[in-house]
Amino acid sequence: MSGDPSVGGTRTPSEKSDFKRDLTGVVPHLRAFARGLCGRPDVADDLVQETLLKAWAAQDRFEPGTSMRAWTFVILRNAYLTDMRRNRFRGEYDEGVAERILTAPAGQEEPIHLSDLHRALLSLPAERREALLLVGAGGFSYEEAAAICGCAVGTIKSRVGRARAALSEMLANGNIPRRSTDDAIAHRAILEELDVVAAGNGVSSRS
Amino acid sequence: MGSGTDHFIMASNHRQGASNGGGNDGGRHDGAPRRPPEWADGLKQLYDSVVEEALPDSFKDLLDQLDAMDPASGKTGGADAARGSRDTSQ
Repeated sequence: MSGDPSVGGTRTPSEKSDFKRDLTGVVPHLRAFARGLCGRPDVADDLVQETLLKAWAAQDRFEPGTSMRAWTFVILRNAYLTDMRRNRFRGEYDEGVAERILTAPAGQEEPIHLSDLHRALLSLPAERREALLLVGAGGFSYEEAAAICGCAVGTIKSRVGRARAALSEMLANGNIPRRSTDDAIAHRAILEELDVVAAGNGVSSRS
Repeated sequence: MGSGTDHFIMASNHRQGASNGGGNDGGRHDGAPRRPPEWADGLKQLYDSVVEEALPDSFKDLLDQLDAMDPASGKTGGADAARGSRDTSQ
């Protein structure tokens, strides 16, 4: 590799500076998305660091004026799928959020624990989980989420709908994986589904 | 610049007032949930709680190192070097 940073890229120093600023600005969002995808904070942060390096290396392909958050989410997503296929994630769960409790909604007898919600989320198939994260947590529109995932808008809507239905069912019936052994079972299911995803849809090369 | 980011920040600031019917109620179109899931706000809370966390020093270190990396190389050589130094710093 070159040791001289001045020869790199076709961007002006000002453009590089803008890129760096925008990239820095989305780091908290990348961490949140990654945490939702893989559960463990340390693993999630590793994924974000990998994403930042890849984004930096690919910065010539970023179109100034477009959403840095959407662009980097594509990179993070692809890195996640690649790492998952290498079995890097074991579906372990962060107990750090276990103490946080949502206020009980009206008409609800028991409060929903964020830890339950997070575990239920992690037990979803990867493609539904990411769709729900993007739309339900990240605030992306269906169209933006579809662009990030490289699929049709209708597909995203369907995945979000299925994810919501599954979470509602799990939370209503208390049918939530409790321990990492259960998570491992869920994780295997995710990996199997991922094979289907990879075989058919492939990973977006848009990044 | 990050219009998406700005959009999100707005959404998160309003999240407490918009737990019912606000934001993304696409479930309605799919007919799956009959009402907004009561956990919907929790999903945002999970996300926002991480967004609002203080950034670990490892990220600041990495961001500081980016300027010294040649983006055009497209290789991970610099990336590996950065990872190594990050790992030892923890």
